[in-house]
Amino acid sequence: MALHVTGLSVGYGRRPIIEGLDIKEISGGSVTALIGPNAAGKTTLLRALAGLVPAKGSIRLDDVELASLSVAGHARHVTYMPQALPQRVALTVLEATLSALMSGEEGSKSPAQARLRALNALERLDISDLAMRGLDELSGGQRQLASLAQSIVREPSVLLLDEPTSALDIHHQLRVMQLVEELARERGIIVIIVLHDIAQAARYAQRIIVLEQGAIAADGSPAQAITPATLARVYKVEARVEACSRGFLQVIVDRAL
Amino acid sequence: MTDISPHATELAAYARLVRRRVLIVVGLGALMLVALLFDIATGPSRLPLGDVIAGILDPASLDGPARVIIWQVRLPYALMAVLVGAALALAGAEMQTILNNPLASPFTLGVSSAASFGAALALVMGASLPLLPAEWNLPLFAFIFAFGSVLLLQVLAGMRGTGVETLVLFGIALVFTFNALVALIQFVASQEALQQLVFWSMGSLSRASWGKLGVLALVALVTSPYSLAASWRMTALRLGEDRARSFGISVKRLRFFSLLRVSLLAGTCVAFVGTIGFIGLVAPHIARILVGEDHRFFLPASMLAGASIMSLASVASKTLVPGALLPVGIVTALIGVPFFMALIFTRRERL
Ligand SMILES: Nc1ncnc2c1ncn2[C@@H]1O[C@H](COP(=O)(O)OP(=O)(O)O)[C@@H](O)[C@H]1O
Ligand SMILES: [Mg+2]
Repeated sequence: MALHVTGLSVGYGRRPIIEGLDIKEISGGSVTALIGPNAAGKTTLLRALAGLVPAKGSIRLDDVELASLSVAGHARHVTYMPQALPQRVALTVLEATLSALMSGEEGSKSPAQARLRALNALERLDISDLAMRGLDELSGGQRQLASLAQSIVREPSVLLLDEPTSALDIHHQLRVMQLVEELARERGIIVIIVLHDIAQAARYAQRIIVLEQGAIAADGSPAQAITPATLARVYKVEARVEACSRGFLQVIVDRAL
Repeated sequence: MTDISPHATELAAYARLVRRRVLIVVGLGALMLVALLFDIATGPSRLPLGDVIAGILDPASLDGPARVIIWQVRLPYALMAVLVGAALALAGAEMQTILNNPLASPFTLGVSSAASFGAALALVMGASLPLLPAEWNLPLFAFIFAFGSVLLLQVLAGMRGTGVETLVLFGIALVFTFNALVALIQFVASQEALQQLVFWSMGSLSRASWGKLGVLALVALVTSPYSLAASWRMTALRLGEDRARSFGISVKRLRFFSLLRVSLLAGTCVAFVGTIGFIGLVAPHIARILVGEDHRFFLPASMLAGASIMSLASVASKTLVPGALLPVGIVTALIGVPFFMALIFTRRERL
């Protein structure tokens, strides 16, 4: 499975955010992290890949041109987990997860099977105990896990996650990263995940794309993409990038430039 | 203890939840039926409930006057109350979901105001359509404007870059515009026409007839299956627009057809009984508290809650002031608010 993006242009109204973006083949089976400062266009890029915002250019998944598909066609291949969580919704975690399966094209499939799939997704995220709880009575982190369940339950070929760990404690952050890595490996799917924690991106992603003002500032393995020069240019910080005793990259930020 | 099938505990818990919700919906249905029977029994001459039930099941068992009272007077009124309550509640529930706004209802977004303007045109300015019986003139004008106001919302929704907030603001702007226009017409109206208009806008079931009942029933029968068919999609929309589209739902289409149903339902109701503002707003909230927002239960519960409140309001409108029939639009809020407040407070305690 491979995703090719060429000449992608996205904007809101007349304001261009991303212009003529090319991304080298993103292959399945591994995790790609998308990082970059605020307003770099990370959310815009993911929404464009998911067909949620009008875009020009080509987004090709193997032989399928996603850009020419309808909303329902897109949903067959791609699932996007939004950064913002819904407020004040009187649904239980299980009902919300079920709606991910029952509302789309495949809604006619067996409800019993949908219930099992939904419960499997909750179990996978270790939130089976929240199944009957209302979304509006959960903590921010729990709601984020519920939202993640709504995405993985659809078993997409391309899983797009927009800051899925921003409200989680460190234990759950790592659990989610491990799960995402497992999913990518098991199912051979493409996972693109927006992260703020650079060290976590370096630890769990096989590839890192650094976005700055709608353009790619660096792209490659963690060691290639995360360098003091890139961090200085993109994040305006003076930082050291060092390998820890286990060989993973660590970023030590000394000061803002 | 070992589970034979995976997730047996969660599946059982979910089955219990579904059963509870079905029971609540059935309970609301029973409440509606009881209210309906009381509504038929209540009036200048009180009929025993037993006679009412017998007279409906077997009209021949009643003597002439009682049969006429039940079949020509009470039944059309009472059924109109139930149908109008259900239709306005369904319209309100759909609007609240597709506009993602708990304050949305046919009344708060200009539908009723537009209908009042249409009614004012017909009543005061004598506007009429050729080839139409005079009796249908006013309802038709009210309907055209109510329908038109939702179509306006619709056009706006179709334009690029309009979010739901814009739609809600536009609806509120419609309220003020049409209210100003109605005031303008009232200002130039004759004393008699003014009185008629004021009475019309209070909302009254006294204009019910089997003919109008048939029209409203037809509208409800045609629209509600589509509403129920869209219930999973509306449930998903509660999780956010991006989320719903990412599930494969064409939110634009969902919104278009939903607003179309709303305009038919609300337009027909307002045309026949005038403005009844409270039901479309509050019945969905009552349903939400009782069964949550899985729309498979939420939509029917809204309809039944709306029908029950409207029916109880009809009983109250006949009994509050002895000997007088109050316009039901005045009473709905008086009946509904205590009910609503009680629910909110009992829920507070449980949390
Ligand atoms: N719905 C929108 N309408 C107009 N401009 C937007 C919208 N969403 C984002 N933008 C703009 O696009 C730019 C990129 O935003 P975004 O993709 O959300 O950045 P990131 O996710 O990297 O923080 C920002 O300048 C933001 O103001
Ligand atoms: Mg973002």
